[in-house]
Amino acid sequence: MSDEKRQTMGTDRHKRGPMGGGPAGALSVPTEKAKDFKGTLKRIVRYFAPQKWKFMAAGLLAIVSTVFSIFGPKILGMATTKLAEGIMADYVFDFGYIGRIMIIMILLYAFSFLCGYIMSYIMAGVSQKTVFAMRNEVKEKLDRLPLKYFDGRTHGEILSRVTNDMDTIANTLQQSLSQLIMSVVTLAGILIMMLSISPLMTLIALVTLPLSAILTVLIARKSQLYFSKQQKALGKVNGHVEEMLTGHKIVKAFGHEKKSIAEFKELNEELYGAGWKAQFLSGIIMPALSLISNIGYVLVCVAGGILVVRRAVDLGDIQAFIQYMRQFTHPIIQTANIANIIQATIAGAERIFEILDEEEQSPDDNDARILVREDAKGEVCFEDVSFRYEDNIPLIDNMNIHVKPGQMVAIVGPTGAGKTTLVNLMLRFYELRGGRITIDGIDIAKIERGNLRGLFGMVLQDTWLYKGTIMENIGYSLGDAEPEKIVEAAKAAYADHFIRSLPEGYDTILNEEASNISQGQRQLLTIARAILADPPIMILDEATSSVDTRTELLIQKGMGELMKERTSFVIAHRLSTIKNADLILVMKDGSVIEQGTHEELINKKGFYEDLYYSQFAV
Amino acid sequence: MLKLFKNFKPFAFTVALVLLFIFLQAMTELSLPTLMAEIVDNGMMKGDTDYILRYGAIMLVVALVSSFCSIIGAYYSSKVAAGFCRNLRNKVFARIENYSLHEFDKLGTASLITRTTNDIIQIQNMIIIMLRFMVFSPIMCIGGVIMAISRDKELTLILLVSIPIMLAVMGFIAHTVMPLFKAMQKKLDRLSMVLRENLTGIRVIRAFNKLDYERERFLSANKDLTDTAIKVNRTMAVMQPVTMLIMNLTSIAIIWFGGFRISQQEMQIGDMMAFIQYAMLIMFSFIMVAVMFVMIPRAQASAERINEVLEMTPEIIDPAEESNITDGTRGRVEFENVTFRYPGAEEPVIYNISFKTEPGKTTAIIGGTGSGKSTLIHLIPRFYDVSDGRILVNGIDISMISQEELRKKIGLVPQSVLLFSGTVAENIRYGKQDATDEEVIHAAEVAQASDFIAEMPTGFETEIAQGGTNLSGGQKQRISIARALVRKPEIYIFDDSFSALDFKTDSLLRKKLKQETKDDAVIIVAQRVSTVLDADCILVLEEGRLAGKGSHKELMNSCEIYREIVASQLSEEEIRKYE
Repeated sequence: MSDEKRQTMGTDRHKRGPMGGGPAGALSVPTEKAKDFKGTLKRIVRYFAPQKWKFMAAGLLAIVSTVFSIFGPKILGMATTKLAEGIMADYVFDFGYIGRIMIIMILLYAFSFLCGYIMSYIMAGVSQKTVFAMRNEVKEKLDRLPLKYFDGRTHGEILSRVTNDMDTIANTLQQSLSQLIMSVVTLAGILIMMLSISPLMTLIALVTLPLSAILTVLIARKSQLYFSKQQKALGKVNGHVEEMLTGHKIVKAFGHEKKSIAEFKELNEELYGAGWKAQFLSGIIMPALSLISNIGYVLVCVAGGILVVRRAVDLGDIQAFIQYMRQFTHPIIQTANIANIIQATIAGAERIFEILDEEEQSPDDNDARILVREDAKGEVCFEDVSFRYEDNIPLIDNMNIHVKPGQMVAIVGPTGAGKTTLVNLMLRFYELRGGRITIDGIDIAKIERGNLRGLFGMVLQDTWLYKGTIMENIGYSLGDAEPEKIVEAAKAAYADHFIRSLPEGYDTILNEEASNISQGQRQLLTIARAILADPPIMILDEATSSVDTRTELLIQKGMGELMKERTSFVIAHRLSTIKNADLILVMKDGSVIEQGTHEELINKKGFYEDLYYSQFAV
Repeated sequence: MLKLFKNFKPFAFTVALVLLFIFLQAMTELSLPTLMAEIVDNGMMKGDTDYILRYGAIMLVVALVSSFCSIIGAYYSSKVAAGFCRNLRNKVFARIENYSLHEFDKLGTASLITRTTNDIIQIQNMIIIMLRFMVFSPIMCIGGVIMAISRDKELTLILLVSIPIMLAVMGFIAHTVMPLFKAMQKKLDRLSMVLRENLTGIRVIRAFNKLDYERERFLSANKDLTDTAIKVNRTMAVMQPVTMLIMNLTSIAIIWFGGFRISQQEMQIGDMMAFIQYAMLIMFSFIMVAVMFVMIPRAQASAERINEVLEMTPEIIDPAEESNITDGTRGRVEFENVTFRYPGAEEPVIYNISFKTEPGKTTAIIGGTGSGKSTLIHLIPRFYDVSDGRILVNGIDISMISQEELRKKIGLVPQSVLLFSGTVAENIRYGKQDATDEEVIHAAEVAQASDFIAEMPTGFETEIAQGGTNLSGGQKQRISIARALVRKPEIYIFDDSFSALDFKTDSLLRKKLKQETKDDAVIIVAQRVSTVLDADCILVLEEGRLAGKGSHKELMNSCEIYREIVASQLSEEEIRKYE
C-alpha cells in the first residue's frame, strides 16, 4: 500500500519519462538542464573530498580493468593467426605457443575481472556514504529552516528531493561515473588497437561513426518531440483520472459518468497518438545504429579480406578487429546516455543545494535567558506587535495584549482574522516585524527556542500523530513517561475508554495516516499528550472541533481542572465553549477589535454580540 | 497476466506481423557470421578477391534486410503496445466510473488512480520489451544454437558447460539480491515516512522541542537504509565483471578446442570464428531473458491489480425494466424499516429506520460522530443498496428506477467539498450543464457566494485550482451548495455542509434556502444544534438507531440524548429562549 502511495504522490516534476523504457531510453527522453552545471559540479565534488583516495583508487582500477580487457581480442587474434599459419604450413601447429597465449589470456581476464569487481565494490560504499551524509545534512538543514519555508512548499516536493533526487545521485555515483571512465578508456583503447592493426580499416570503421552519430541525433530529436507530447498527454490523462476519482461521489451524484468517460477517451486517444510515435522512434534508434554498424562490419570484412589476401594483415587481426568494431558502438551510446544522466543528476543536486542554501531562522542568542519551567508564572504580554506573512499584505499591526498569570484567554473571530497567527508568534514560529512579546517580562526573542516552546502545551486543529503505539504517541512530550502517568493523562482527556476498546489497547499501533482511529479520537489523543506535558501555558487551537459536543463537554470538564492554575489560550469556533474565559479577544482582519469578559462584550453590543447571537438566529 | 492478454484479440494480426518480422530479423542477423566464415575460408584463405567482394555484397543486402525488418517490427510493436494500453485504459476507467461507492471504497481512491495510470504504463513497458526482446532473444538463442551446431557439433559442448555456469551464477546473485532489494524498498519507505511525519508534524515537533529525538529517528532510518543499499550494491558489483569473465573464458575455450579440431582437419578456421560470434549471441540472449525474468514480477503485480479492477463488477445495477409508476408527487423520500450494514461488517451501521419527508419541509439529522448520519443519506442516491427494508422516492422503490433518473432528482452537498479544476461558473454548472447565466448567478446568490465571487479577480470566470486549493473552506462549501441549487432538484441533501461557515453566513444562507425550496424536500445532516433547531422534523441518531424523532420542542421533552446534545452546545438561557 505504501508503495502505491509513493507512486501517486509522484507528480514529481523530474520523473524521467515513465514510458522511456526502451533500450535507448535516456537518449530519447528529454532531460532537464542544470542551471549552473559547473558550480554545482564543483560543489558535489566537495562531498567526495573525505573519500578522495577511495575515489581515485576506483578510477585507477576502472582504467586498469578496461585496458586489460581491451588487449583480449588482440591477443586472442594472435592465436587465430597462429592457427591460420598452421593451416598454411600444411597442418603443423605450434600448440605450445597457442597454449601460452591461452594462459596469458586467462590471467588477463581474471585480473580484469578482479579490478572491475573491486572498483564496483569500493564505489558502492563511497556513493552510499556520500548520499548518507547528504541526506543527514538536508534533514538538519530542514530543522533549522523557519516555518515560513514550509508554508510555500508541498510535502511531496521536499520529500522527493530527499528520496528521488538523492537516489539519482547515488545511482550516478554507483554506476554512471565508473561507466563513463570505462567507456572513455574503452573508446581510446579500441581506437589505438584498431590503428595498430590497420590504419586503412580503422578509417573505414570510423567513417561509419559520424553517420551513426548524425542518425542518432536526428531520430532522437524527432522522438524527443513526441516524447514531450506524450508526457503532456499523459499528464492530462493522469490529471483527469485523479480529479474524477477523487470526486467520484460528485460525478455519480450529478450523473456525469458518461461525460467523464467520453472526455477520458479523447485524452487517451491523444496519448495513444503521441505514445506510439515516441515509442516507434525510440525503437528504431537501435536498428538504425545496428544497420550502420553492420555496414561497417561488411566493409571491414571485405577490406580485411583483401588485405589478408595481400598479406598486409594477419587473419587473427581481422578477427580481433571485428570484435573491436562490435564493441565500439556500445560505449558511444553509453557515453551519450551518461551525459544525459549526469545532466539530470546535476539538476537533482541543484534542487538539494537549493534547500541547503535557504536562509535559516536566526540562531538563538549566545547569552539566551533560561526560564525554568517550574518557576514560570505564565504572564504574557504583546507590546506593539506587528507581523505579516507576506511583505505586502499587512496582517497584525500594533497589537497590545496583557495576560495575567493563570488567566484563561479566548480568541474569537471569523476565519482569516489571524487567531492562529497569534499562537504562531508566541511560539516564535515566525519572527515579528515590530514590537515584542514577553513572558514573565522577558522578551521571547532572548529565550532559547527550545526552552521557550517547552513552556507551552499545544493542542492544534490538525492533529499530528506518528506511526507508533498510542502509548508512545501520548508520551511523546516527555520521552520517558511512566505508563501510569500516560493512562492518567488519557483518562483526563476522556480517551482512556476508547483506547481500551481498541484491539491492542494502549499498544495499538497507529498507521501512517493514523486513519485507524477517527478524527475526534485523534484529537483526544493530542489533548492527552498536552495534558501529560503539564506546561505552564496551554494553547488550545480548535482543539475539540472534530469531537462531538457531548464528548467535548466532558473533555472541557477535565481540562477545566487542568487550566485552573495555568495561563491558557483557547481559540474556538463555538462561542458557547468560551463564555467563562477571563478575557475574550475578538479579532477581525488582524487586529483585536474588542476585548473583555463575556458580559462586558455582550453589554457593549458590538461585533461580539453580533457574532454571539448569530449562532442562534433563525 | 495471461487474463489481460485476452484483450490482445483485436491486435492478433498485428502481433503476428511483429513476430514474423522479428523472426526474419533474427534469421538475417544470424546468417551474417556464416557469410563471414565463407569469406574467411573461401576468400581469404584461398586468396580469391572476387569471392570476397561478391559475398561482401550479399552481406550488405542481408544487413539491409535485417534492419528493414527490425524497423517494421518496431513500427507494429509500438502500435500494438500503445493501442493495447489505450484500450485497456479506456476499459479500466469506464469500469471504475461505473463503480458504486462500495466497490470504490474497497480499493481506495489512491490505489485506483495508480491502477489506471502507473500500472498500465508498467504493462505497456512490459509489452514493448516483450515484443522487442523476449521474442527476439529466444529466436536468436535457438537460431544461434542451430547455426553453432551446423558449424561444429563437438564445439557446442563448450556451451553446455558455460551456459549452465552463467545461469547458476546469475541465479545465485538474484537469489541473494532479491530479498535485499525488498528490504531496501521497505527501508526507503520507512525513511520517507519518518521524513513525511517530520514535515506534517513540524509545528508539534518544534513546539514540544523534540528536534533531537526526531533527528535520531531519521539518522537511524538513514543508517539502516544505507547499510542495506551498500550490501545490495556490493553484491550486484560482481554481476557485470563475472558475466564478462564467463564470456571471455568461453571464447578462449572455443579457440583452444577449436584449434585442436582444426589441426585434425575437422573444421575450418572461418567456422571457428563464426562459432565464437554465435556463442556470444547465444549467451547474450540468455542474459536478456534472465533480465526479462526480473521484470516480469513487477508487471505481473501491475497486471493483477488491473485485473482486480476489471473483475470487480458493480453490485448496484439498474433495473432491467424501469418502473414508471409514480404517485404524482414530488419531493417525497420515505424510509421503510431500513437497515444497512457494510459488506462483511458484524454490526449494521443503520438499524431499522423509518421516516418520511414532505415537500417544503426540512428534515434534520443530528447525532454524534459515527452515529451513521452520513451513511444514512448516502443510501438515498443509491450509493449503497440497503440491506433490509426499502427507500421510496415519490412512492417508487429506488431500486426500481435507473440510477441516472434517481440522481436527477437529488442535489447533494457532500461533507468534504470536492470542486473540479475550471472556472467558478463551470463548477456551479456542474449541477446542470445547460444552466443559463442567470440561473448560475441566482444559485450563487442564494448560496451566499456572490459577494466573494465578485471580489475574485475575474468573478465567475476565475479559475479554481484542482481541489479548490485557492479558496477557503467556507468559500468552497458555498460553491458546492450553489452547484446543488442550480440543479433545481426535488430533494436537497446537505451533509454537514454549513460547518465551515461562520454562524452569521450560516443563518443567512438557511433563510434564503427556505424560500428557494418551497416545493422540495430538504434533508440536513448537522453537528450544530443551531442548524437543526428550526427543522420541521429532527431525527436523532445514536449508534445507527433512531433515538428520537420530532420537532425541537417535542424532542426536548421526550429525548434524553437530544437534551444532552443541546445542553452541550447551548447555555440554559439560550435553551429557554427557544421554548
